[in-house]
Amino acid sequence: MSTPKAMRQSLGLRLGSAGFLAFWCLIAAFPIFWITVMSFKSPVDAFATNPLEVIFGPRTRAGGDGLSIIDIVLGLLVLWWSGKFAMGRLPEMVARFTQPGTVLLGWIIAVVGFAVAFIVLFFAILPVVLSGLNAIAGPLGNPILGLTTVHYQSVWVENEFYRNFINSLIVTTGVVTVSLTVGTLAGYGLARSGSNLAFWLLILALIFRALPHSVLVAGYLPVFINSSEILRPIFGDAAPTLYGQPYAVIAVLVAINQPFTIWMLRSFFHNIPTELDEAARVDGCSHFQAFRRVIMPVMWPGVITTGLFSFLLGYNDFLVTSLLLDAQNQTMVPAIAGYFNRETTTTDQVEAIAAAVSITAPLFLLVMVFQRQIVSGLTAGAVKG
Amino acid sequence: MKFKTFIAFVGPSLFMMMLFIAFPLVSVFTQSFYNVQPEFEQVEVETCTPGFPTQTCVTEVKSRPVMDENGNIKTTTHFVGLQAYRDVLEFDRVGAAIRNGSWSQLMTIDFWKALRFTLTFTLFTLPLVIGVGLAIALAVNNAARSLRGPVIFISLLPFIITPVIGSLSIYWLFVGDGILTAALERWLDKDIAMFAQAWTIELLMLFYRVWHVAPFAFVIFYAGLQTVNQDTLESAIIDGANRLERLRYVIVPHLMPLIIFIAIIHLMDSYRVFEEVVGFRSQSHVISLQWLTYDFLVPDDSGNRAISRASASAMLTMIGIVILLILPLRRTWRDHKGSH
Repeated sequence: MSTPKAMRQSLGLRLGSAGFLAFWCLIAAFPIFWITVMSFKSPVDAFATNPLEVIFGPRTRAGGDGLSIIDIVLGLLVLWWSGKFAMGRLPEMVARFTQPGTVLLGWIIAVVGFAVAFIVLFFAILPVVLSGLNAIAGPLGNPILGLTTVHYQSVWVENEFYRNFINSLIVTTGVVTVSLTVGTLAGYGLARSGSNLAFWLLILALIFRALPHSVLVAGYLPVFINSSEILRPIFGDAAPTLYGQPYAVIAVLVAINQPFTIWMLRSFFHNIPTELDEAARVDGCSHFQAFRRVIMPVMWPGVITTGLFSFLLGYNDFLVTSLLLDAQNQTMVPAIAGYFNRETTTTDQVEAIAAAVSITAPLFLLVMVFQRQIVSGLTAGAVKG
Repeated sequence: MKFKTFIAFVGPSLFMMMLFIAFPLVSVFTQSFYNVQPEFEQVEVETCTPGFPTQTCVTEVKSRPVMDENGNIKTTTHFVGLQAYRDVLEFDRVGAAIRNGSWSQLMTIDFWKALRFTLTFTLFTLPLVIGVGLAIALAVNNAARSLRGPVIFISLLPFIITPVIGSLSIYWLFVGDGILTAALERWLDKDIAMFAQAWTIELLMLFYRVWHVAPFAFVIFYAGLQTVNQDTLESAIIDGANRLERLRYVIVPHLMPLIIFIAIIHLMDSYRVFEEVVGFRSQSHVISLQWLTYDFLVPDDSGNRAISRASASAMLTMIGIVILLILPLRRTWRDHKGSH
């Protein structure tokens, strides 16, 4: 099909549009790319003023850490091959070995198995093979690209960043499961009820969504700190102090996230035809049975998308977690604030950068796997709402 | 759907919102009129040091916090009326600044400084986000089909990144002799310190926010562009409209509901600007309203949290949100009434 002549664009316009797009991609990716590069270099290289020195890291290389051409080529090959496997073969295998009821379980096993295999291959087998190859390859085996993982080691092992990682994991898992459970029910109810009450609830949710989180935290803090005294009449001596407890933060984040969740899920439920539940109702189901037997099997795309956004809220939050959690229950994002408060030497700074990259890496994977769902989630609220 | 079933579906969600959003609002409101202070008592303490011929004894009056039977510090709560609001707004200093006609003197008061920054930040980023988002959407729509996937992938990265980390990543490019500061210095041939004065920090914050939110606008506009009516476009061409006129009279009106949607969401979100202050470590130069409340809530050197002042500044922040939301809410109300 050829475009009509009037719609055809001049060369200048096409070049301008392509140039603008390339420029945007550069701006979008550069800061993230650059801090990733910096995190692998020795401090002097990471803060060098010459960009080439940052990329090739001569002083890191002089310190004995570097990659040769063989390392780079083989490493990229393994990465590319495992990426291809994960995108192509893995879904096929999951589809072949699972029945319809066990798809979720199959995926969990497949992803965990793939992750373990990848870690063993990339971090245990590959270095041994490569060190042997480098020794016999002569000039090709000499390091050309300085690269060191020492900052990651000191962040994760010495500074015990894995504790923060586990806390993040607990908080985000809790937020996603609870807010989806509560949110799907409410979203379904709101989508199927045309009453005035439903309208006012949605407006109320919209107002709640606009509230600055610090306003809410100002309300929680005194109550949470004194909660053991406030709750004593009800629970007796077992009354908990809510301040510093991950489950209290989960409840808070779920509530903050509720307005957004119910708006989004409502618009997804709107797209499921009412005839489906009407048919089930005619067959003698109650509303709850219709929801469980008819709607639940078809609602997963919307739930996954909403779950992604709940995940982002729990994972990215700084304000609530930094004010309501104490030091030993700190999640990753507020923990990084501790890094830059004691950032005195350049080594500390590069360690903070390594911690920042560690926080970003799971998000990067998330966009890779769920790009389609994120886009559909962004547009669902806007186009139909 | 019957009322009872409706409540059964919506109940849990409503309960959580009431308990964790509506109730805290009420408690913030009441807290802002009360002040909680640790109780102090005056005690005479006699300290003696060995001396010659007799030991030297000094009696002094010390104030110390009163403990209850569990060893906790006793506190008293007073009703202070609008005192907390006065402490935050500092009208006497505002009056002095206005009498002197000095803008910079007014900008030394935390609340007014924060308000000024929050408002300018909101108003400057809004057109930029919409403009940049629309430009990217048009460019992507223009690009080859095979390129669109990777471009969307790259564009989503700034949107999805943790806000604190995103602002930190830009901070590290400019801090000290960071890579971009060094490049600017070489280009302009003079010494630049990006984090030594307020306006450069604000510029970086604006850049960060546009970088962070433009992808969101882009994705929504891009989806909207797929539904532009091709017949209208063709008839515009037949009528002799050039590219710019088609953009102005066909495409932008088609996208208008989306532009309003993004504007409302962006107004709400950028009014809450907070993470930038943390990421760029700008608290000595630039602060925002939400950061002000946060700062009152963080324990100070003696471990006290200024809860009542925090509540007062939180309530003042709320007033801004209410003003911001009146227009869109009236519109929704009219639409709702119109549909019945």
